[in-house]
Formats: sequence, C-alpha cells, structure tokens
Amino acid sequence: MSVLTGLGRPSRLRTGLGFAGGALLLFAVAPAVLDDFRLNLLAKYLCLAMVAVGIGLAWGRGGLLTLGQGVFFGLGGYAMAMHLKLADAGPGQMPDFMQLYGQLDELPWWWKPFENPAFALAATVLLPMAVAFVLGWVVFRRRVRGAYFAILSQALAAAMVIFLVGQQGTTGGTNGLTDIQGFFGYDLADPVNKETVYFVVAACLLVLLAIVRQLMQSRYGELLVAVRDAEERVRFLGYDPAKVKLTAYVVAAGMAGLAGALFVPAVGIISPALIGVVPSIEFVIGVAVGGRATLLGPIAGAVAVAWAKTALSERFPGTWTYLQGALFVVVVAFLPGGLATIFAWLRGRRATPRVSTVVDGPAARPVEEGVPS
Amino acid sequence: MLRSRGRLLAYSAILVAAVALSACGSKTGENKSGAGVTADTAGDTVKVGLLNSLSGTMAISEVTVRDSIKLAIEEINASGGVLGKKLDPISEDGASDWPTFAEKASKLIKEDRVAAVFGCWTSASRKAVKPVFEANKALLFYPVQYEGLEQSPYIFYTGATTNQQIIPGLDYLKSQGKKTIYLVGSDYVFPRTANKEIKAYAAANGMTVLGEDYAPLGSTEFGTIVNKVKAAKADAVFNTLNGDSNVAFFKEYKSAGLTAAAMPVVSVSIAEEEVKSIGTQYLAGQLTAWNYYQTTPGDANAKFVKAYKAKYGADKPTSDPMEAAYVSVYLWKAMVEKAGSFDVEKVKAASDGITFDAPEGKVTVDGATQHIYKTARIGKIGDDGLITEVWNSGSPVKPDPYLKGYPWAAGLS
Repeated sequence: MSVLTGLGRPSRLRTGLGFAGGALLLFAVAPAVLDDFRLNLLAKYLCLAMVAVGIGLAWGRGGLLTLGQGVFFGLGGYAMAMHLKLADAGPGQMPDFMQLYGQLDELPWWWKPFENPAFALAATVLLPMAVAFVLGWVVFRRRVRGAYFAILSQALAAAMVIFLVGQQGTTGGTNGLTDIQGFFGYDLADPVNKETVYFVVAACLLVLLAIVRQLMQSRYGELLVAVRDAEERVRFLGYDPAKVKLTAYVVAAGMAGLAGALFVPAVGIISPALIGVVPSIEFVIGVAVGGRATLLGPIAGAVAVAWAKTALSERFPGTWTYLQGALFVVVVAFLPGGLATIFAWLRGRRATPRVSTVVDGPAARPVEEGVPS
Repeated sequence: MLRSRGRLLAYSAILVAAVALSACGSKTGENKSGAGVTADTAGDTVKVGLLNSLSGTMAISEVTVRDSIKLAIEEINASGGVLGKKLDPISEDGASDWPTFAEKASKLIKEDRVAAVFGCWTSASRKAVKPVFEANKALLFYPVQYEGLEQSPYIFYTGATTNQQIIPGLDYLKSQGKKTIYLVGSDYVFPRTANKEIKAYAAANGMTVLGEDYAPLGSTEFGTIVNKVKAAKADAVFNTLNGDSNVAFFKEYKSAGLTAAAMPVVSVSIAEEEVKSIGTQYLAGQLTAWNYYQTTPGDANAKFVKAYKAKYGADKPTSDPMEAAYVSVYLWKAMVEKAGSFDVEKVKAASDGITFDAPEGKVTVDGATQHIYKTARIGKIGDDGLITEVWNSGSPVKPDPYLKGYPWAAGLS
C-alpha cells in the first residue's frame, strides 16, 4: 500500500474500512472457505506473518537487517511450549522428553517459573524483548551497523541452535518440544479448539498490525525512517539514533516472540530447525518478497511465500525447491519493491501515477547506510 | 467520534473478546470425541502416503527409501492389489524439516485420507509426526533403525530397535575381546540416546568407555576428535555419526594412521548407499551392524535386489532401511488381508503374528510392541563397496524397545 509509506496520511475512513475488510476476510471468509487442515495451515502462515510485521518495522522502516529473528521466535515458542508440556505432564511431574533423555530427578530451576501460565505468557513476549534490549543496547551504542549487525544477529541464531541441540535433556535437543496435548486446558486434538487457536492468531496479527501502523504514522515513525536514511544528520539534530533503532528492534523481537508462542499451539512443535540461520533468513525473504517498507507488504509476502511452499511441494514433491527458487529470482528481478508494488502499479494505471513514489522512493531503495563510512 | 487510534483499539478489543467467547471446544482429559479421520476406501483404489525427505540434507538417504516403497507398491498392484483394490501412492516431501513432516503427515491423513503412511527417517521427524498420527488415529510404518524407548499405538517400527542392532554390535565386540571403546556420534537424539545405552551396557559387561564425542550434524571438522580417539588407544570405536560427517571422519581416521585391524570402527548408520558416497578406500575392513545387507543370502533377497536394480539401475545398491521400508508395505498388506478391512483399529488388532518372507529372512510382527522380530547381522565392508556378514544372531531377535529384558538397562527408561 503505497499510501502508507509515509507520503500521505490515508483517511480514517479508509483505515477503518481496511481493518474491517481484513477482519472480515480472516474471521468470516477464511473459516467458511477453508477446511480444518487448510485453516490450520493459514494459522501457521499468519504466525510467520507476525514475525514479518516486526521485520517490516525494523528492516523496512529502520534499515536494521535482522537476520536473527529466529532467536526471538524461538524464545517465545520455547517459553510457550515448555509451559504447555509442563501443564500436560501435570503438577510436580516432568515432561516426557526430560524423563527419556535427561534422567533428571527434578525440573531444572530455570524451567520452574514456566509452570505458572501468567509467567509463561508474559515471558513469550518480554523475554525476547529483554534479550533484544540487551543486545541492541550494546550494539547500537557502539554504532555497529549494516552487514556487521546482520552477521551478529545471525551468529546469535546459530549459537542458540547449538545450545538447544546440546541440552537435549532439558530442551529436547534436535527433536524440539513436540507432542503437545493441551492449550490452557483445551484439547488441541479437537478441531473446534484448533479453530479457536486460528482466531487467536488472526486477532493477534490484526492487533500487531494496528500497533505497527500507529508507530509508522507517528513522529517516531518519521524519525525511524530518518535514522535509516541519514543517521548522522539525525544525530546532529539532537536525537539519539541508538534509542530510535533500539525501540524498533525490541518491538520487532516482541512480535517474533508472540508469533513463536502462537506457532506452538497452531503447529504443535517448536524445534531448533525453526529458529536457526535458515529459517531466520526465510523470514526476511518473505518480507522482501512482499515489500519491506510497506505496512501490508511483509504480511502478504510471508503468507505468499509460505503458501507457495506448501502448494508447490504438494503439487511437485520432487522439484518444488527449484520452482520456489525461481519464484524468488523473478520477484527480486522484476519487482524489487516486492509484491506490494503490484498494487501500487495497478492503482497507478487506474488513477494518479503513484508508481514512481514507490519504486524510487525511500521505501524501495536499497538501504546502504550500513556501509561504514 | 473516536479518534483513529481509539477506533483501532476498539476494533482490537472487540476481536479479542469475540475470540474469547468462541472458545468452546473440549477440555483436555475429556473423553476424546474425535474418532480420527477414516481412510477413503470406497473407490477401486486406496491411497497410501509416502512421507520422505525429497529435498534437504536427508534427501540422499530418504529418496532410496521412497523408491523401494514404490517398488513394493508396484509389485503389489501387479499381483492384484490389497483386498482387490489397487494402491495409489501419494508422495510428499518432508524436506528434512521436522515441522514440515508434521504438516505433510496431517495433509496425507486429512486431505488425501490415506489408509496408511510409510516413511520418515530421523528420530526427530518421527517424534514430530507421532502426535499427528495419534490424534488422528492413523497408521505410520517407520522403516529405520532407531534408539528405542518408544512405542506409539499408531506406529509400526519395521527397522531395528536397540536390542536388534546396537546390543548385538556390542556383543560382537565383546566376543572379539575388545575391552575399551570410544564413542563418536552426531549431536542429535539418536546418538545421544544410543550412547547412553552403550555406556550402561559397558558398565555391566566389564567394558570401559574411554571417551564420548559429538559433532554437529553435517560437521566436517574431525581433526580434534580423531586425535582424541588416537590418544585414547581404545580397542574399538562405536560410531553413530550420520550423513556427510562420516566422509570427513573416516578420511581423518585413515590419515591419522588408524586402521580397521588395529582399532575397528563399528558403524550403525553406514549402509551400502553411504559406503558408495564415502569411498571404499576409507571404509574397507570396518564393521557395521544392521539386519540386512545386499549380500544376504536367500531367494527373497535375490528377487528384491534384481527387481530394484531393474527398476532403478544396476549401479544402485540395496540397503537395510530400503529393505525395511519394502517389507513394511508387505506387512501392512498382510495385516489388512488378515483383518479383511482397511480400518486402522482392525488392522492393528490383526497385526500380531503376521509373518513375511523378507529379503532379510523371515520377519514376524510382535503385536504387543508393534516392532518386528529381526535377525541381527554384523558385517564387514569389502573393497567392492558391498558388506559381507561376519556374524548373525542365528534366529530373529524379539524386539525389546524399552530393554526390559536387560537388567543393566533398568535406569534408562
């Protein structure tokens, strides 16, 4: 949506209609059209879209190439999964995998608080935010930028995977946490409850969207774009770019954490394979395909990429990876601004020529500020 | 009129409230009403699912399993199908990614309504799909040797469990007078669990474990580990490395001057297919523990090897997991025919005592554990890349996934 790239405020009416339309689509159309299995898949896609919304803010608006969002996704996911495993096991009991691999006599102290649902729920969002805050504080203060920041965030994802795999007895190792029966007392094998999980995911996505829209429209949003495009100038104007970037990074981390937490009941598993270097890059690819600087682009991209993966692999189980690769190449080569540019292009053909503002504007221009000067 | 921000919050609040109100499904612990998805067996054909990694790091191994499942299905169709119905294989790609396995398993069961699913390789993928099969009351046939300590009511395990592969391997080393061993493995569930069992065995059988090292899956850096192995001067090495890592490990092993004669390596994840890709010059003389080799004698195996090579090429070797996958389709067929129905519960009830004259020899389904009786075989890798048997258990070994028959394993599960 080019109008949301900060070039002009859309009318309240249009925003309201947009949200109402989105809600209608997610809450009425999708459940009516899709069967249980497909609706459940959509819930998974929407979880990935929640991560994408955060990346859209941090990378699209803030220029922070976060190649390690899997870490925050994983922190949220493991916090939620561990609570559900402990709830499944019952009070005072150990989860099945700890008995099997850990041969521990009692729950390790760092998992103890996760028996409490309120603590676990809060941790799914606050824990990733806290980690992002500490990391961001150190990194942005020292003016680490661009490729260095990307490499650092990626290293964090790799380190987290190695840690989880090594701690098989307490984290489930490569298996991750799986075989989750209930979600706060509701049986996840029941399709009705699975549908409810979908509604929770869809509602959370809309809430996150509203939050990001507010941030983008606010003075802070302007400042974030300014930091992305000319950090030094913003500094001379008396602002602290580190704080501006830190905020976007922490918010994006919280969103990834919430996404990970909801991914667990939706999909039923969290494992190192979902949070390492490759999935972290895949999050970013989804955002790039959709259009990173727009509000809806990251969501469209994340859902489109995940949907294409499912659809192609079902149709062409042997060759789908090539087709998926070809799709990325086509999008990057012909739609550098992402799928969002298609909408702008279509609108441009119908009405005012707005295309140029999107294709050439700050939104779609590669962010080069990371090159150390 | 509300301001834009206020209105958004109001919308959000309504949405969340609507969601909270719509939660009315069954609680955990209530009697599960969902009886699972029934397979679609009304037509002339019956769909069966093939769930293997066709892309990613595991593809090299799992594609061969998919191929041998397809071979079995073709043979069964050529001889009239199952209960008069032809089998229609639906292949899905698990992509070497555990959550994808769960997604595809769900798709095969709910969308395609298959009568049974054959596949999975790594323990992690099996653990990921296990709840899917259990929640939907659908059947999985799992064809690969694994670490034991599992018994799902909806999985049939046609590969070896620990007491049919690893323990015979240790027994063999013991009978050869090996007193000290060194454990090398990939860092994931199978090696870590297997090594736990090996250490318990060693403690009870007067063997000493001199060291235990893990390398990340896919790691090719073995200088340090091999130096430690060399310095330890163990009598033998027990190797649970998986995939590419074996290439680097055995190259390093050879260049460090270690030989099969002085310090043999017993591997449990290297079959004919892997020997081909690692290179026989590094492996000749080393030991493996399996239940089947391409060289296993018998008419059933001669027929299987011939059919496989005719379909996929003369240079393609057959291996233990491929054979176990091939056997699993025939076992399912026999169960269905005995039950006279494709119904999962009836098939399960009919499973006990089903036998099949498999390439590895006669196998029998143990209904209680849903594992099968298999003959353990220790083999030596030859210069031609084939593995020849040096010892076997004589008769099929009763599966004991929880090692209940071994006093030393009491603390393991």
